[in-house]
Amino acid sequence: MAPEPLQKSSNLEPAPLIGPGYSYATVTDKISSIVLTQKTPRSWIFGFAVAFFLLMVLMFAVGRLFLYGVGIWGIEIPVGWGWAIVNFVWWVGIAHAGTLISAILLLMHQEWRTSINRFAEAMTLFAVSCAGMFPLLHLGRPWMFYWLFPYPNTMKVWPQFRSPLIWDVFAVSTYATVSLMFWYIGLIPDLATIRDRSKRRVGQKIYGILAMGWRGSAAHWKRYETAYLLLAGLATPLVVSVHSVVSFDFAVGIVPGWHSTIFPPYFVAGAIYSGFAMVLTISIPVRKIYRLEDFITERHLDNMAKILLATGMIVGYGYIMETFMAYYSGNQYDKFMIIARMTGPYMKYYWLLIFCNMVVPQFLWSSRVRANVIGLWVISILVNIGMWLERYVIVVASLARDYMPTMWYRYSGTAWDVATYVGSIGLFLTLLFLFLRYLPMISIFELRQLVPTESGKAAPGTPHAPVEG
Amino acid sequence: MKRHPLYGLMAEFETAEALMAAAHQAREEGYRRMDAYSPLPVEGLAEAIGFHDRRLPVIVLIGGMVGCLGGYYLQYWCSAISYPLNIGGRPLNSWPSFIPITFEMTVLVAALSAVLGMLALNGLPMPYHPVFNSPRFVLATRDRFFLCIEARDPKFDKERTRTFLAGLHARGVTEVTR
Repeated sequence: MAPEPLQKSSNLEPAPLIGPGYSYATVTDKISSIVLTQKTPRSWIFGFAVAFFLLMVLMFAVGRLFLYGVGIWGIEIPVGWGWAIVNFVWWVGIAHAGTLISAILLLMHQEWRTSINRFAEAMTLFAVSCAGMFPLLHLGRPWMFYWLFPYPNTMKVWPQFRSPLIWDVFAVSTYATVSLMFWYIGLIPDLATIRDRSKRRVGQKIYGILAMGWRGSAAHWKRYETAYLLLAGLATPLVVSVHSVVSFDFAVGIVPGWHSTIFPPYFVAGAIYSGFAMVLTISIPVRKIYRLEDFITERHLDNMAKILLATGMIVGYGYIMETFMAYYSGNQYDKFMIIARMTGPYMKYYWLLIFCNMVVPQFLWSSRVRANVIGLWVISILVNIGMWLERYVIVVASLARDYMPTMWYRYSGTAWDVATYVGSIGLFLTLLFLFLRYLPMISIFELRQLVPTESGKAAPGTPHAPVEG
Repeated sequence: MKRHPLYGLMAEFETAEALMAAAHQAREEGYRRMDAYSPLPVEGLAEAIGFHDRRLPVIVLIGGMVGCLGGYYLQYWCSAISYPLNIGGRPLNSWPSFIPITFEMTVLVAALSAVLGMLALNGLPMPYHPVFNSPRFVLATRDRFFLCIEARDPKFDKERTRTFLAGLHARGVTEVTR
């Protein structure tokens, strides 16, 4: 194979998506060896131990919640939605990047998505698990969660289908189901690879069952690709709808600061923003520890940083519009809401969120910053913090300053709020560490398609006349 | 009809192009019962072995329509027939509020039919298949391409088919037992 120039020799030619000198075999071996190795890296054991400890914190906090009820949290009327709902919106938002990368970028033929789509999808799945947990814990009687679904019951009543809260149940559960299927379908050919490469009986059995007997038949591939494309087409409007529905939870309410038509697009942009930030936060250490710089190249990081910048600008536009509309509408309650946000008891959250979400991403205009891995990592973490604060300001600051001064309240979360939130990060990380260790974190079969072949990119199909008889 | 002791003959190739050319030649030679195996999807390969199946998109379309109508009817029936609640004289069939769930159900059922339909049409999960008996076949999920002409093909003849496959620049031809 002729060696390709490695460096970004000119700006016109984009850097390659895969390091030079790889073939089908070496790509396969490199990714599958991470799963099949007998030696678990020390860093993995350490990271998993920390994550597992945080998961135990979650178990403890939730156990206490089940014993004593939501009173252990800081919520008090009028602030009935506290950290739990903030965390819910934050996690759902993070989940969105996975589907965006796997579905929308697939439909747009963005080949660079290949090395990051698998773990972005995994991230989606785990973030949705964390997200789905919070509204249920928030129910007060979580063991009655099935009342949310329309099922024939002795009380002969049905959920209120005109309420955004029940739309949310359908949106999030559909999203979780479709994300799981999308991820699993994408995994099947790679599970077959792991099955065939595994030397141990246990591995062959487990991966064999999971791979469902995949054998790479041409007819199977054909249907597989059709199904995958259709799923991507279905997931694309879904991803937009889910965070729109989440925003309806607020926008349909008549609380100043919630009742706004800008919410659906602004929430969707915020979701993609925080999701890409989380993909960067995870992929930067992972590519370093597992030495995947040849697959998750600087070009991938650069592209993600650009998306971060673009969506950050949309979110910033949302903040400016919110402020402008409060002034322009002439509505005294809206005007007061913005002033209360900027100068009231939650002003430090507000200005910190403006700093994290509007000021910090501006550094990404510089290509030097985008090429600086550590800098990018710090920015991605700041964006995650900023997006959490944004939801906090929307949920809490709006409720705490209602129409009537008699209804005002000074809310703050308790230690149990913090423990549940930190614990949910533990759940997320535990699942993520297990995924990194036991499943191929990069889509091997899609990476094979990026390997340059001698006669060009893809195998050409020669036209043929069918000869019958 | 007596079952042939062999499942078929399998030729191994190093590139997708070689497999593609072989599949075309085998078809021109008159073979019909064959399958190609590759570690990555190869454009046009399914057509080359004579695969024509357009059922999956239809299944997904039907699934989507079932989800759409079912989702809407569920809400209509609950709100307007089973337990009508008159609140300020507002319409019982308040269709704009029913759109989000109708949409979600459309996507859900369509996606489920895409996945389950694909698996069902492909006959997966399939715990056993004769091609796995070929010792080289583990490479089909790594870097090698295979063409298997099955014994049930009317034109199949162990010796002649082997000679034919060997003439296709195959890296090797192996017998696949049942």
